[in-house]
Amino acid sequence: MKIGVVTFPGTLDDRDAARAVRIAGATVVPLWHADENLHKVDAVVLPGGFSYGDYLRCGAIAAQAPVTQAIVKAANGGLPVLGICNGFQVLVESHLLPGGLIRNEAQHFICRDQKLRVENVDSAWTNAFELNQEITIPLKNGEGGYIADAETLKRLEGEGLVAFRYLDGNPNGSVNDIAGLRNERGNVVGLMPHPEHAVEAGFGPDTASAMRSGIDGLKFFESVLKAVVNA
Amino acid sequence: MPKIIVEVMPKADLLDPQGKAVANALHRQGHANILNVRIGKRIELHTAGVPTEAELAEAQKIADSFLSNGVIEDVVKIHVEN
Repeated sequence: MKIGVVTFPGTLDDRDAARAVRIAGATVVPLWHADENLHKVDAVVLPGGFSYGDYLRCGAIAAQAPVTQAIVKAANGGLPVLGICNGFQVLVESHLLPGGLIRNEAQHFICRDQKLRVENVDSAWTNAFELNQEITIPLKNGEGGYIADAETLKRLEGEGLVAFRYLDGNPNGSVNDIAGLRNERGNVVGLMPHPEHAVEAGFGPDTASAMRSGIDGLKFFESVLKAVVNA
Repeated sequence: MPKIIVEVMPKADLLDPQGKAVANALHRQGHANILNVRIGKRIELHTAGVPTEAELAEAQKIADSFLSNGVIEDVVKIHVEN
C-alpha cells in the first residue's frame, strides 16, 4: 500500500504525516508540488503548514500547483485524499470540498488538544471509528473558521457530510462547530485538527490513563488502509 | 505601464479582523467619528499595452476564479490605469 504525502513550498507537517503513514503500516511516497503524476499511490495526504506563505489566500496557490491538479483529477475518480489544516484549505480552494476557511473568530492562532466527535464513519478516512466516537487530537491554526452559505450548510448537514464537530468549545468560530467534512463519495476528507500528531504513545495528547498517550489520530490512517484493501 | 486593477474586499457580513484592529487603534487615537474600517486587496495586473476588451474579460475571469474566493470575498471593482 503506497500513500503519497505532498510537500509544497512552506508545508510543515509532511514529515509527521509520513511518520503516521509508516506507523499505520503503509509505504510513504513523497510527492513534490511540481509532480504531474502521482506515482501510482493508493491514497494522498495533503499535510498542514503554510504553503506558499499563505499568499493570496491560505491554500489558494497550492490549489493551482501541478500536483494538486493531478490530485483533483484522481480524487474525482475516487482516490482517497485527506487534507489536514492547510491541506483542508487546499481542498476547499480546489473545490474538492465546499465552503471556505477564514481567520479565527478570536483573531488568535490557537494551539491545543481538541476534542472532536466523529459524526460520519462511512468515508475512506473515518471507517475505523465508531459513530459518534469522541476523540482528542491536536489543533493549531490561525485561519480555521469554517464558513459556507446557508444552502451549502443545509446540504452538508442534510447529507451527513459533516465528518467531525468540535466538542467542549469551538476554537475558531466555525459555523455549526464544523471541524471537518467529507465529500459525497466519501473518498475526500478535510479537517483543521491534526491526526498525524496523535499516532504514537509518548508523543500524543494526554489521556486519562497516561500523559501524551493519545493515539486517536492513527485511526484515520488505519481507515484508509481498510478502504483501499476493500476497494 | 498600463495596469488592470482588481479590487477585492472581504464579504460585508464577514468579520474583518484586520479592519477591526485598525478601527480599534483609530478609536484609541481619538478618531471617534470613524465607525468602522474594512481592509481589502488591490491587485495590479501589468500589461504590455492598453488592455483590450478581451483582456479585460480575461482579467474578470482571473479575478473571480483565482484572485478572489467567492465564498469569503467579493471583487468590487476592475478598472484600468495607464
